Amino acid sequence: MEESGQDIIEVRGLTKRYGDFTAVDDITFSVKPGERFAFLGPNGAGKSTTIKMLTTLLNPTSGTIKLAGHEPARNANAVRQSIGIVFQDPSLDDDLTAWENMEFHGVLYGVPRSLRRERIDQLLEFVDLYSRKDSLVKEFSGGMKRRLEIARGLLHHPKIMFLDEPTLGLDPQTRNHMWQYLENLNKEESVTVFFTTHYMEEADKVAERIAVIDHGKIIAIGSGEDLKKQTNADSLEAAFLALTGSDIREEEASAGDRFRMMGRAMRSRR
Amino acid sequence: MKTIYIMWLREMKKFFRNKSRVVGALGQPLLFLLALGYGLGSVFKAAGQGNYIQFLAPGIIGMSIIFGSVFNGMSVIWDRQFGFLKETLVAPVPRFNIMFGRTLGGATTAALQGVVVLVITLFAGFQPHNWALVPAAILVMVLIGMLFGAIGLMFGSMLEDFQGFQLIMNFLIMPLFFLSGALFPLKGTPTVLQWIARFDPLAYGIDAMRMLLNNDSHFGLAIDLAVLIIVATVFVALSSRAFAKIQI
Repeated sequence: MEESGQDIIEVRGLTKRYGDFTAVDDITFSVKPGERFAFLGPNGAGKSTTIKMLTTLLNPTSGTIKLAGHEPARNANAVRQSIGIVFQDPSLDDDLTAWENMEFHGVLYGVPRSLRRERIDQLLEFVDLYSRKDSLVKEFSGGMKRRLEIARGLLHHPKIMFLDEPTLGLDPQTRNHMWQYLENLNKEESVTVFFTTHYMEEADKVAERIAVIDHGKIIAIGSGEDLKKQTNADSLEAAFLALTGSDIREEEASAGDRFRMMGRAMRSRR
Repeated sequence: MKTIYIMWLREMKKFFRNKSRVVGALGQPLLFLLALGYGLGSVFKAAGQGNYIQFLAPGIIGMSIIFGSVFNGMSVIWDRQFGFLKETLVAPVPRFNIMFGRTLGGATTAALQGVVVLVITLFAGFQPHNWALVPAAILVMVLIGMLFGAIGLMFGSMLEDFQGFQLIMNFLIMPLFFLSGALFPLKGTPTVLQWIARFDPLAYGIDAMRMLLNNDSHFGLAIDLAVLIIVATVFVALSSRAFAKIQI
């Protein structure tokens, strides 16, 4: 359905309210096919809520979204055909083995059997879990689960790949590895990559364009260079802090958030 | 089809891997069989109703299925809390397939539990009147499992956590079980009870099993099956609607 040259993600006036609280406040942006797009913001800024709306998990209060030409609220299945997601918080089945989690995902996404089996082995090897493929996920450490989650997200090759803080809690080796894989996927199959992260150098290195969201509003959008110029900063982190201030944000804590707060506390102690 | 199968397979794998759940689910029916079967057996006989264990066995099987399948359906709440639900909700698969595969899997495991309870009742002295009809009774078990699995999933889709679980158990599932005639013959009960049982789908499920296993029926097998199939279809549809509406 999508015409070439048109934006693959088109968001207009997107808003999500929970009672009095506005999580996402009238945001408008677009992403081109094959683009690597980073969505940055402090905790509770509205990143995950936006991703949930883009990926059909949550209905917006108002505004329109078009993904690969389809509206998530109207034609959820067509949108789901076009996307892949690595969630911020765990979404594995603990009572299944690593291999079964992969296999189930492959079947749900209609990856043909032989290709599926080949990619599963390859990806498990890639995230260094092949020797543990028949272990139940509940026996895995946090890092291993994260790696499996990423491997699973890469199993089918969608038009748009959403990654919500994919590298959280990963060691630098795995992080580099993962971005390399994604950049290949991006180049070879022109998969659009839409991701959030708290690692600024990662965003600067990977993303062609960056949107900064705070208090539910997009406050800056452009290339890493643009943002640095705009704020007279020498690094993206400095630019980010100039844009969003240095207050630590309050938000309702989920397990993943608490984990991030801990990480932040540790970092600021240094 | 494949996606329905994979969701079914997941239920089966989880069932066979969770030995404590399997054994735990047998405790309650066993207790009922012993306490009621032996405890009230002589009273039942003195009242001229024959062998109570023989009468009670299909009811106890029905009990293990209704509790097992409602719990299976409501375990969608676990999936929500542990995150796996998201994985299935964003998959490019009609949510009906996800819901149906899951419910079918839950019904199969509930029926398996029913079969285990059936075997136990044999040791307690239960005798099916015709072994050739036992497979048909097992199909009825699957049907009851579908019906109540769908009910469980429907409530599970609407609840965020397990807080409402007790409410549904105590005010819906328990009454459905106790008023279904699982434990006593409906014939001869006060008219009010008979009327209530008429609106209790489990009553038809247990009656169908009683017909197939004991050659004894209150409503008649044809009516039993018709009611079960219609009510199960209705709840699968309702539950699939509730499931499709889930937001995270």
